[in-house]
Amino acid sequence: MRLLAEGLSARRGEDLIFNDISFALGAGEALVVTGPNGSGKSTLLRVLAGLLRAESGRLRIEGGPAEIAHPYELSHYLGHRNAMKQELTVRENLSFWQRFMGDSPGGSGIDVAAAAEAVGLAGITHLPFGYLSAGQQRRMAMAKLLAAYRPIWLLDEPTAALDAGADKLFAALVTAHLERGGILIAATHQPLGLGSTQSLQMKGFTH
Amino acid sequence: MIALFFRDLKLSVRAGGGTMIGVLFFMTVVAVVPFGVGPDLNLLSRIGPAMLWIGALLASLLGLDRLFQAEREDGSLDLLLMQETPLLMTVFVKCAAHWAATGLPLVIASPLLGLFMNMNELAIGATMLTLLAGTPAITFIGAVGAAVAVALPRGGLLVSILVLPLAIPVLIFGVSAVYAAIEDPAPFLPPFMILMAITLFFAVIGPVAAAAALRHSAD
Repeated sequence: MRLLAEGLSARRGEDLIFNDISFALGAGEALVVTGPNGSGKSTLLRVLAGLLRAESGRLRIEGGPAEIAHPYELSHYLGHRNAMKQELTVRENLSFWQRFMGDSPGGSGIDVAAAAEAVGLAGITHLPFGYLSAGQQRRMAMAKLLAAYRPIWLLDEPTAALDAGADKLFAALVTAHLERGGILIAATHQPLGLGSTQSLQMKGFTH
Repeated sequence: MIALFFRDLKLSVRAGGGTMIGVLFFMTVVAVVPFGVGPDLNLLSRIGPAMLWIGALLASLLGLDRLFQAEREDGSLDLLLMQETPLLMTVFVKCAAHWAATGLPLVIASPLLGLFMNMNELAIGATMLTLLAGTPAITFIGAVGAAVAVALPRGGLLVSILVLPLAIPVLIFGVSAVYAAIEDPAPFLPPFMILMAITLFFAVIGPVAAAAALRHSAD
Protein backbone atom coordinates (compact mmCIF):
# COMPACT_ATOMS: atom_id res chain seq x y z
CA MET A 1 0.00 0.00 0.00
CA ARG A 2 1.27 3.45 -0.86
CA LEU A 3 0.06 6.88 0.25
CA LEU A 4 0.54 9.51 -2.43
CA ALA A 5 0.16 13.26 -2.09
CA GLU A 6 0.39 15.28 -5.27
CA GLY A 7 0.76 19.05 -5.30
CA LEU A 8 -1.13 19.74 -2.09
CA SER A 9 -1.70 23.32 -1.08
CA ALA A 10 -3.87 24.85 1.62
CA ARG A 11 -5.08 28.28 2.54
CA ARG A 12 -5.03 29.97 5.91
CA GLY A 13 -6.95 33.22 5.60
CA GLU A 14 -5.95 34.96 2.36
CA ASP A 15 -2.59 33.36 1.68
CA LEU A 16 -1.44 29.88 0.88
CA ILE A 17 0.28 28.49 3.94
CA PHE A 18 1.95 25.82 1.84
CA ASN A 19 2.04 25.13 -1.83
CA ASP A 20 2.77 22.13 -4.00
CA ILE A 21 3.63 19.55 -1.35
CA SER A 22 4.16 16.11 -2.84
CA PHE A 23 5.37 12.91 -1.29
CA ALA A 24 4.99 9.17 -1.64
CA LEU A 25 5.15 6.80 1.29
CA GLY A 26 5.20 3.03 1.02
CA ALA A 27 4.46 0.49 3.71
CA GLY A 28 6.88 0.81 6.60
CA GLU A 29 7.99 4.33 5.70
CA ALA A 30 7.84 7.43 7.85
CA LEU A 31 7.72 11.12 7.02
CA VAL A 32 8.81 13.65 9.61
CA VAL A 33 7.50 17.16 9.03
CA THR A 34 9.60 19.91 10.57
CA GLY A 35 9.60 23.67 10.47
CA PRO A 36 9.19 26.72 12.68
CA ASN A 37 5.95 27.57 14.50
CA GLY A 38 3.23 28.66 12.13
CA SER A 39 4.86 27.09 9.10
CA GLY A 40 1.86 24.89 8.37
CA LYS A 41 2.77 21.54 9.91
CA SER A 42 -0.52 21.13 11.73
CA THR A 43 -2.43 22.43 8.73
CA LEU A 44 -0.78 19.82 6.52
CA LEU A 45 -1.72 17.06 8.95
CA ARG A 46 -5.31 18.30 9.14
CA VAL A 47 -5.49 18.30 5.34
CA LEU A 48 -4.17 14.74 5.31
CA ALA A 49 -6.77 13.78 7.93
CA GLY A 50 -9.55 15.21 5.75
CA LEU A 51 -10.42 17.83 8.36
CA LEU A 52 -9.43 20.75 6.14
CA ARG A 53 -10.05 21.05 2.45
CA ALA A 54 -6.96 21.25 0.30
CA GLU A 55 -6.89 24.25 -2.00
CA SER A 56 -5.43 22.12 -4.74
CA GLY A 57 -3.75 18.79 -5.21
CA ARG A 58 -4.84 15.35 -4.34
CA LEU A 59 -4.27 12.60 -1.87
CA ARG A 60 -4.74 8.96 -2.70
CA ILE A 61 -4.02 5.43 -1.68
CA GLU A 62 -2.48 2.99 -4.11
CA GLY A 63 -3.05 -0.70 -3.53
CA GLY A 64 -5.21 -0.25 -0.48
CA PRO A 65 -8.54 -1.92 0.33
CA ALA A 66 -11.08 -1.31 -2.41
CA GLU A 67 -13.95 -0.13 -0.22
CA ILE A 68 -12.03 2.85 1.17
CA ALA A 69 -13.24 6.15 -0.26
CA HIS A 70 -10.67 8.49 1.32
CA PRO A 71 -7.24 7.85 2.83
CA TYR A 72 -8.38 9.41 6.13
CA GLU A 73 -10.62 6.43 6.74
CA LEU A 74 -7.43 4.41 7.11
CA SER A 75 -5.79 6.96 9.38
CA HIS A 76 -5.37 7.65 13.04
CA TYR A 77 -5.10 11.34 13.82
CA LEU A 78 -3.53 12.43 17.09
CA GLY A 79 -3.80 16.20 17.30
CA HIS A 80 -2.92 18.64 20.04
CA ARG A 81 -5.98 17.56 21.96
CA ASN A 82 -6.30 14.01 23.16
CA ALA A 83 -9.93 13.27 22.17
CA MET A 84 -10.61 11.65 25.51
CA LYS A 85 -13.41 12.54 27.96
CA GLN A 86 -12.31 13.80 31.35
CA GLU A 87 -15.39 12.38 33.09
CA LEU A 88 -15.00 8.81 31.85
CA THR A 89 -12.40 6.36 33.09
CA VAL A 90 -9.43 5.54 30.91
CA ARG A 91 -10.83 2.09 30.18
CA GLU A 92 -14.22 3.50 29.15
CA ASN A 93 -12.51 6.02 26.89
CA LEU A 94 -10.26 3.47 25.21
CA SER A 95 -12.91 0.81 24.76
CA PHE A 96 -15.30 3.41 23.34
CA TRP A 97 -12.83 4.42 20.64
CA GLN A 98 -11.94 0.79 20.01
CA ARG A 99 -15.58 -0.16 19.44
CA PHE A 100 -16.55 3.02 17.63
CA MET A 101 -13.59 3.13 15.22
CA GLY A 102 -13.31 -0.58 14.57
CA ASP A 103 -10.33 -2.02 12.74
CA SER A 104 -9.21 -1.20 9.22
CA PRO A 105 -8.90 -4.19 6.93
CA GLY A 106 -5.59 -6.00 7.26
CA GLY A 107 -5.01 -5.81 10.98
CA SER A 108 -6.58 -5.80 14.39
CA GLY A 109 -6.21 -3.63 17.45
CA ILE A 110 -5.00 -4.99 20.74
CA ASP A 111 -6.98 -5.33 23.93
CA VAL A 112 -7.49 -2.16 26.01
CA ALA A 113 -5.53 -3.48 28.98
CA ALA A 114 -2.68 -4.54 26.69
CA ALA A 115 -2.69 -1.11 25.02
CA ALA A 116 -2.41 0.61 28.39
CA GLU A 117 0.44 -1.72 29.29
CA ALA A 118 2.18 -0.94 26.02
CA VAL A 119 2.34 2.74 26.97
CA GLY A 120 3.57 1.80 30.45
CA LEU A 121 0.44 2.72 32.41
CA ALA A 122 -1.17 -0.63 33.08
CA GLY A 123 -2.39 -0.07 36.63
CA ILE A 124 -4.47 3.07 36.26
CA THR A 125 -7.14 2.31 33.67
CA HIS A 126 -9.87 2.49 36.34
CA LEU A 127 -9.18 6.20 37.03
CA PRO A 128 -11.13 9.00 35.36
CA PHE A 129 -9.09 10.42 32.50
CA GLY A 130 -9.19 13.88 34.08
CA TYR A 131 -7.22 12.64 37.11
CA LEU A 132 -4.13 11.84 35.05
CA SER A 133 -1.19 14.19 34.57
CA ALA A 134 -0.62 15.84 31.19
CA GLY A 135 2.08 13.33 30.24
CA GLN A 136 -0.03 10.36 31.31
CA GLN A 137 -2.97 11.71 29.33
CA ARG A 138 -0.77 11.97 26.25
CA ARG A 139 0.41 8.40 26.70
CA MET A 140 -3.16 7.16 27.07
CA ALA A 141 -4.07 9.03 23.88
CA MET A 142 -1.31 7.00 22.21
CA ALA A 143 -2.78 3.80 23.61
CA LYS A 144 -5.79 4.67 21.44
CA LEU A 145 -3.56 4.23 18.37
CA LEU A 146 -2.98 0.63 19.40
CA ALA A 147 -6.52 -0.21 20.50
CA ALA A 148 -7.97 0.27 17.02
CA TYR A 149 -5.92 -0.72 13.99
CA ARG A 150 -5.19 1.88 11.35
CA PRO A 151 -2.32 1.52 8.87
CA ILE A 152 -1.64 5.27 8.67
CA TRP A 153 -0.76 7.33 11.74
CA LEU A 154 -0.92 11.13 11.55
CA LEU A 155 0.68 12.52 14.69
CA ASP A 156 0.89 16.20 15.54
CA GLU A 157 3.61 16.97 18.10
CA PRO A 158 3.22 13.49 19.60
CA THR A 159 5.99 13.80 22.15
CA ALA A 160 5.02 17.15 23.68
CA ALA A 161 4.66 16.74 27.48
CA LEU A 162 6.46 13.39 27.49
CA ASP A 163 9.50 12.59 29.66
CA ALA A 164 12.65 10.95 28.31
CA GLY A 165 11.52 7.42 29.20
CA ALA A 166 8.21 7.89 27.45
CA ASP A 167 10.05 9.27 24.41
CA LYS A 168 11.89 5.96 24.07
CA LEU A 169 8.70 4.02 24.62
CA PHE A 170 7.03 6.05 21.91
CA ALA A 171 9.91 5.45 19.50
CA ALA A 172 9.53 1.71 20.14
CA LEU A 173 5.78 1.86 19.46
CA VAL A 174 6.32 3.70 16.20
CA THR A 175 9.10 1.35 15.11
CA ALA A 176 6.84 -1.63 15.78
CA HIS A 177 4.07 0.05 13.76
CA LEU A 178 6.43 0.62 10.82
CA GLU A 179 7.74 -2.93 10.97
CA ARG A 180 4.18 -4.21 10.62
CA GLY A 181 3.93 -2.25 7.38
CA GLY A 182 2.35 0.90 8.76
CA ILE A 183 2.85 4.44 7.53
CA LEU A 184 3.72 7.34 9.81
CA ILE A 185 3.51 11.07 9.25
CA ALA A 186 4.55 13.13 12.25
CA ALA A 187 4.97 16.85 12.77
CA THR A 188 7.54 17.54 15.42
CA HIS A 189 10.32 19.75 16.76
CA GLN A 190 12.10 17.00 18.62
CA PRO A 191 13.86 14.03 17.03
CA LEU A 192 11.62 10.99 17.35
CA GLY A 193 14.45 8.48 17.64
CA LEU A 194 13.50 6.65 14.46
CA GLY A 195 15.91 5.12 11.99
CA SER A 196 15.66 6.14 8.38
CA THR A 197 12.83 8.52 7.60
CA GLN A 198 11.91 10.93 4.87
CA SER A 199 11.71 14.49 5.98
CA LEU A 200 9.79 17.50 4.84
CA GLN A 201 10.80 21.02 5.80
CA MET A 202 7.92 23.49 5.97
CA LYS A 203 8.74 27.11 5.29
CA GLY A 204 5.57 29.04 6.01
CA PHE A 205 3.51 31.43 3.95
CA THR A 206 4.09 31.61 0.24
CA HIS A 207 2.78 34.64 -1.55
CA MET B 1 -22.73 3.15 17.08
CA ILE B 2 -24.13 1.48 20.19
CA ALA B 3 -20.85 2.35 21.89
CA LEU B 4 -21.40 6.02 21.03
CA PHE B 5 -24.95 5.93 22.36
CA PHE B 6 -23.95 4.52 25.73
CA ARG B 7 -20.90 6.76 26.04
CA ASP B 8 -23.04 9.87 25.53
CA LEU B 9 -25.62 8.54 27.96
CA LYS B 10 -22.92 7.97 30.59
CA LEU B 11 -21.50 11.44 30.03
CA SER B 12 -24.88 13.11 30.57
CA VAL B 13 -25.63 11.17 33.72
CA ARG B 14 -22.20 11.72 35.32
CA ALA B 15 -21.25 14.89 37.18
CA GLY B 16 -21.60 17.98 35.02
CA GLY B 17 -23.96 16.23 32.60
CA GLY B 18 -27.23 17.70 31.41
CA THR B 19 -29.81 15.23 32.75
CA MET B 20 -30.43 16.59 36.23
CA ILE B 21 -30.03 20.20 35.17
CA GLY B 22 -32.76 19.88 32.56
CA VAL B 23 -35.21 18.23 34.95
CA LEU B 24 -34.48 20.76 37.70
CA PHE B 25 -35.00 23.66 35.30
CA PHE B 26 -38.28 22.12 34.11
CA MET B 27 -39.43 21.79 37.73
CA THR B 28 -38.43 25.35 38.53
CA VAL B 29 -40.31 26.84 35.59
CA VAL B 30 -43.49 24.89 36.24
CA ALA B 31 -43.37 25.28 40.03
CA VAL B 32 -43.12 29.05 39.72
CA VAL B 33 -46.27 29.39 37.58
CA PRO B 34 -48.84 28.83 40.39
CA PHE B 35 -47.16 31.56 42.43
CA GLY B 36 -47.39 33.90 39.48
CA VAL B 37 -50.99 33.33 38.41
CA GLY B 38 -52.44 32.88 41.89
CA PRO B 39 -54.30 30.02 43.57
CA ASP B 40 -57.17 29.78 41.07
CA LEU B 41 -57.39 26.00 40.58
CA ASN B 42 -59.60 26.19 37.49
CA LEU B 43 -57.26 28.61 35.78
CA LEU B 44 -54.26 26.44 36.67
CA SER B 45 -55.79 23.29 35.26
CA ARG B 46 -56.74 25.20 32.13
CA ILE B 47 -53.25 26.57 31.44
CA GLY B 48 -51.47 23.50 32.89
CA PRO B 49 -50.77 21.60 29.64
CA ALA B 50 -49.45 24.73 27.94
CA MET B 51 -47.19 25.53 30.89
CA LEU B 52 -45.82 21.98 30.96
CA TRP B 53 -45.09 22.19 27.25
CA ILE B 54 -43.37 25.57 27.51
CA GLY B 55 -41.32 24.34 30.47
CA ALA B 56 -40.29 21.19 28.59
CA LEU B 57 -39.39 23.18 25.48
CA LEU B 58 -37.15 25.58 27.41
CA ALA B 59 -35.60 22.77 29.44
CA SER B 60 -34.73 20.77 26.36
CA LEU B 61 -33.08 23.80 24.76
CA LEU B 62 -30.87 24.19 27.81
CA GLY B 63 -28.19 21.57 27.19
CA LEU B 64 -28.30 21.53 23.41
CA ASP B 65 -25.36 23.82 22.74
CA ARG B 66 -22.97 21.33 24.36
CA LEU B 67 -24.01 18.54 22.00
CA PHE B 68 -21.09 19.08 19.61
CA GLN B 69 -19.13 21.80 21.38
CA ALA B 70 -17.93 19.46 24.12
CA GLU B 71 -16.72 17.06 21.43
CA ARG B 72 -14.91 19.82 19.62
CA GLU B 73 -13.16 21.14 22.71
CA ASP B 74 -11.43 17.87 23.52
CA GLY B 75 -10.69 16.94 19.91
CA SER B 76 -13.17 14.04 19.70
CA LEU B 77 -15.08 15.76 16.91
CA ASP B 78 -12.07 15.39 14.59
CA LEU B 79 -12.12 11.64 15.07
CA LEU B 80 -15.89 11.43 14.68
CA LEU B 81 -15.56 13.25 11.35
CA MET B 82 -12.83 10.94 10.08
CA GLN B 83 -14.63 7.62 10.39
CA GLU B 84 -15.93 5.41 7.65
CA THR B 85 -19.39 5.41 9.25
CA PRO B 86 -21.48 8.18 7.68
CA LEU B 87 -21.45 11.36 9.75
CA LEU B 88 -25.23 11.38 9.35
CA MET B 89 -25.51 8.23 11.46
CA THR B 90 -23.13 9.57 14.07
CA VAL B 91 -25.20 12.73 14.43
CA PHE B 92 -28.44 10.73 14.59
CA VAL B 93 -27.10 8.48 17.33
CA LYS B 94 -25.80 11.46 19.28
CA CYS B 95 -29.26 13.06 19.05
CA ALA B 96 -30.91 9.85 20.20
CA ALA B 97 -28.59 9.61 23.19
CA HIS B 98 -29.13 13.29 23.99
CA TRP B 99 -32.88 12.81 23.90
CA ALA B 100 -32.72 9.68 26.05
CA ALA B 101 -30.61 11.54 28.60
CA THR B 102 -32.41 14.89 28.67
CA GLY B 103 -35.78 14.57 26.88
CA LEU B 104 -37.00 11.32 28.36
CA PRO B 105 -36.52 12.44 32.00
CA LEU B 106 -38.70 15.46 31.22
CA VAL B 107 -41.45 13.17 29.94
CA ILE B 108 -41.14 11.05 33.07
CA ALA B 109 -41.19 14.09 35.38
CA SER B 110 -44.21 15.66 33.67
CA PRO B 111 -46.99 13.73 35.56
CA LEU B 112 -45.63 14.94 38.89
CA LEU B 113 -45.57 18.51 37.65
CA GLY B 114 -49.04 18.03 36.19
CA LEU B 115 -50.26 17.57 39.77
CA PHE B 116 -48.80 20.99 40.64
CA MET B 117 -51.03 22.43 37.95
CA ASN B 118 -54.20 20.67 39.16
CA MET B 119 -54.55 18.68 35.94
CA ASN B 120 -56.77 15.58 35.80
CA GLU B 121 -55.59 12.10 34.77
CA LEU B 122 -56.64 12.47 31.15
CA ALA B 123 -54.82 15.79 30.76
CA ILE B 124 -51.69 14.38 32.41
CA GLY B 125 -51.77 11.30 30.20
CA ALA B 126 -52.27 13.35 27.05
CA THR B 127 -49.46 15.74 28.00
CA MET B 128 -47.08 12.85 28.63
CA LEU B 129 -47.95 11.24 25.32
CA THR B 130 -47.53 14.44 23.33
CA LEU B 131 -44.25 15.24 25.09
CA LEU B 132 -43.03 11.75 24.27
CA ALA B 133 -43.89 12.28 20.60
CA GLY B 134 -42.78 15.91 20.39
CA THR B 135 -39.56 16.35 22.37
CA PRO B 136 -37.42 14.27 19.96
CA ALA B 137 -38.24 16.86 17.28
CA ILE B 138 -36.80 19.61 19.51
CA THR B 139 -33.57 17.62 19.88
CA PHE B 140 -33.23 17.08 16.13
CA ILE B 141 -33.92 20.74 15.36
CA GLY B 142 -31.51 21.73 18.12
CA ALA B 143 -28.77 19.55 16.67
CA VAL B 144 -28.74 21.79 13.58
CA GLY B 145 -28.36 24.91 15.73
CA ALA B 146 -25.68 23.22 17.83
CA ALA B 147 -23.75 22.21 14.72
CA VAL B 148 -23.94 25.71 13.22
CA ALA B 149 -22.73 27.31 16.46
CA VAL B 150 -20.14 24.64 17.25
CA ALA B 151 -17.14 26.89 16.70
CA LEU B 152 -18.54 29.86 18.62
CA PRO B 153 -17.62 30.36 22.24
CA ARG B 154 -20.79 31.13 24.23
CA GLY B 155 -22.97 29.85 21.41
CA GLY B 156 -25.62 28.74 23.91
CA LEU B 157 -28.01 31.63 23.56
CA LEU B 158 -27.46 31.74 19.82
CA VAL B 159 -28.47 28.08 19.56
CA SER B 160 -31.70 28.79 21.44
CA ILE B 161 -32.51 31.75 19.22
CA LEU B 162 -31.79 29.77 16.04
CA VAL B 163 -33.81 26.82 17.21
CA LEU B 164 -36.83 28.43 18.82
CA PRO B 165 -38.66 29.59 15.67
CA LEU B 166 -38.41 26.09 14.18
CA ALA B 167 -39.60 24.55 17.44
CA ILE B 168 -42.76 26.69 17.58
CA PRO B 169 -44.82 24.30 15.39
CA VAL B 170 -43.92 21.47 17.75
CA LEU B 171 -45.25 23.53 20.66
CA ILE B 172 -48.42 24.54 18.81
CA PHE B 173 -49.39 21.02 17.75
CA GLY B 174 -48.30 19.48 21.04
CA VAL B 175 -50.47 21.81 23.09
CA SER B 176 -53.42 21.68 20.70
CA ALA B 177 -53.36 17.87 20.78
CA VAL B 178 -53.57 17.94 24.58
CA TYR B 179 -56.49 20.40 24.53
CA ALA B 180 -58.20 18.28 21.89
CA ALA B 181 -57.95 15.30 24.22
CA ILE B 182 -59.52 17.07 27.20
CA GLU B 183 -62.12 19.23 25.45
CA ASP B 184 -64.75 17.16 23.75
CA PRO B 185 -65.61 18.54 20.32
CA ALA B 186 -62.09 18.73 18.89
CA PRO B 187 -60.59 15.44 17.66
CA PHE B 188 -57.28 14.37 19.23
CA LEU B 189 -55.78 12.45 16.37
CA PRO B 190 -55.21 15.10 13.65
CA PRO B 191 -52.97 17.42 15.70
CA PHE B 192 -51.21 14.41 17.24
CA MET B 193 -50.51 12.91 13.82
CA ILE B 194 -49.11 16.24 12.64
CA LEU B 195 -46.91 16.34 15.75
CA MET B 196 -45.55 12.91 14.93
CA ALA B 197 -45.06 13.92 11.31
CA ILE B 198 -43.02 16.93 12.45
CA THR B 199 -40.85 14.65 14.60
CA LEU B 200 -40.26 12.21 11.74
CA PHE B 201 -39.57 15.04 9.32
CA PHE B 202 -36.93 16.59 11.55
CA ALA B 203 -35.46 13.17 12.39
CA VAL B 204 -34.49 13.04 8.70
CA ILE B 205 -33.73 16.70 7.94
CA GLY B 206 -31.98 17.50 11.25
CA PRO B 207 -29.06 15.03 11.02
CA VAL B 208 -28.50 15.86 7.33
CA ALA B 209 -28.28 19.59 8.03
CA ALA B 210 -26.22 19.13 11.19
CA ALA B 211 -23.75 16.83 9.42
CA ALA B 212 -23.34 19.37 6.60
CA ALA B 213 -22.77 22.17 9.12
CA LEU B 214 -20.17 20.10 11.01
CA ARG B 215 -18.28 19.29 7.82
CA HIS B 216 -18.00 22.98 7.01
CA SER B 217 -17.12 24.07 10.52
CA ALA B 218 -13.81 22.22 10.41
CA ASP B 219 -10.81 24.53 10.53
